[in-house]
Amino acid sequence: MLIIEKSQPGRTNTAQIPRDVEAVTDIPETMLRKSPINLPEVSEMQTVRHYTQLSQKNFSIDTQFYPLGSCTMKYNPRGCNTLAMLPGFAQRHPYSPDNLSQGYLACMFELQEMLKTVTGMIEVSLAPMAGAQGEFAGVAMIRAYHDAKGDDERTEILVPDAAHGTNPATATMCNYKVKEIPTNDEGDVDVDALKAAVGPQTAGIMLTNPSTLGVFERRIKEIADIVHQAGGLLYYDGANLNAILGKVKPGDMGFDVIHMNLHKTFSTPHGGGGPGAGPVGVSERLIPYLPVPMVTKENDQYRLLTEEDCPDTMGRLSAFMGNAGVLLRAYIYAAMLGRDGMQRVADYATLNANYLMVKLKKAGFELAFDNRRATHEFIVTLKKQSKDLNVSAMDFAKRLLDYGYHAPTTYFPLLVPECFLIEPTETETKQELDGFIEAMISINEEAASNTETVISAPHTLPVRRLDDVKAAKELDLNWN
Amino acid sequence: MSNVPSELRFTKSHEWIRLEDDGSVTIGITDHAQDLLGDLVFVETPEVGSTYATGDDCAVVESVKAASDVYSPLSGEITEVNEDLADAPEVINTDPYGKGWIFKMTLADEGEIDSLLDATAYSDQIAAEE
Repeated sequence: MLIIEKSQPGRTNTAQIPRDVEAVTDIPETMLRKSPINLPEVSEMQTVRHYTQLSQKNFSIDTQFYPLGSCTMKYNPRGCNTLAMLPGFAQRHPYSPDNLSQGYLACMFELQEMLKTVTGMIEVSLAPMAGAQGEFAGVAMIRAYHDAKGDDERTEILVPDAAHGTNPATATMCNYKVKEIPTNDEGDVDVDALKAAVGPQTAGIMLTNPSTLGVFERRIKEIADIVHQAGGLLYYDGANLNAILGKVKPGDMGFDVIHMNLHKTFSTPHGGGGPGAGPVGVSERLIPYLPVPMVTKENDQYRLLTEEDCPDTMGRLSAFMGNAGVLLRAYIYAAMLGRDGMQRVADYATLNANYLMVKLKKAGFELAFDNRRATHEFIVTLKKQSKDLNVSAMDFAKRLLDYGYHAPTTYFPLLVPECFLIEPTETETKQELDGFIEAMISINEEAASNTETVISAPHTLPVRRLDDVKAAKELDLNWN
Repeated sequence: MSNVPSELRFTKSHEWIRLEDDGSVTIGITDHAQDLLGDLVFVETPEVGSTYATGDDCAVVESVKAASDVYSPLSGEITEVNEDLADAPEVINTDPYGKGWIFKMTLADEGEIDSLLDATAYSDQIAAEE
């Protein structure tokens, strides 16, 4: 029920408080509303209950294990949020002059420096407001680089078939043609196919490493050489950065540009549609094209670099520099973790994934890449259950909800049939992981012994199976 | 087991091709492909009059699970597209080889048809994928 449906005419906020304050009468007649504004008329308590009950229906990281592969749904320390909300930060106006913003600018400068250290890139811009803008900025810089050299023959971006759907979308937005590169049986990019695909038309390649298949791209140096020798650049999609924090740097792998999703790796809750932060880092050759503003330090003073300082910049992505609150949380998180903490994130993200993977394998689940070690995530394929019992990955996913676990990512990557992409993250305990394993084993038994229960799940949530087709075809987001 | 009509030709990327009496071809996606995709919610058809080379992506089928390119199995010019798919993409699920056709084209080189898979070869391929 929507709050507006609970509305009763005349009901106001605080029923028992005497209304002895006269309405203001000196507003000119012509400026008064002719009709009442269409807001729900409910009491304060009704409002509190409405939104509290709504929030209780959430299946969220604050309430449940949320192993959504490729999304890094980890715990975001509350302290990062508390510090980012300090009045000096929260009340700073974005038009405040640099000399009155030295504290904020110092944090942003240090964040740039920390991101450079952890990624091995030469310069970083915090300007992109989210992952999609970061990707766009990255590929726009690749285009600017080729354009500056007068190299207008480069019309193609290579994208492995395991890539996130955003990669081909970004390349298309930047007016490139997308060429797909196949993956081999072990989950690595097919290097022979790559060799055959590169040429004078290659602008670059977009890669995620570890890939969305939950494995580390082992021949990355060779891939970098092949693309560079053809005159193309390498773009790193930072979606899976959590797995390698402090361990291996995209800069060392040969990447020319990277975007980072600070809202997944660096302490901002995500999945709700924002706000996010998608900073970009670049190698030497792309520095001139970085989006502005950026922060620089001169004679112990911080100031924003603008178009005047960076004449070749690809431009601005918003009026100001990214989402300040998200960037502050990231700064605080990175500063709290430090170098050792970053490595522990990668260590435990990887350890938890491998623990889950081995336990599930021992319990009889089939792995998509059986002879590979997991990175921060791994893939179980339920094609046998689907074929033998007609119980699909979607059915397993829905039944997991009844057991109190958010489902892993299903049906992505598309290369693996009936797949579960499972990412536990570093913030879960062994007990939580064991509980998830037990639930998976139990559902696997139910799939055979009590099929109907599984294929009609969930049974315990406010809604049952949603009509995906109707939702996709008849999008209706308005109440009226 | 999905339906693979013996009179049609196929591609590895799951398009089917029917050679018409006038030498043109009708193209759609196979029963196996629609089964993998699940309930279709949107189809983007190519423009009539546009030309494509073999292997070019020329249409998009989108289901509740995924969006997937449809590749031109042959070189030629688009002569007609299935307008009904705009309102009823689900006919690809219910009748992939009939009402679910996607586009028709005239061929630049009729000889190309010989390079397509026949029903046996396509059946073998989908069996190998499983």
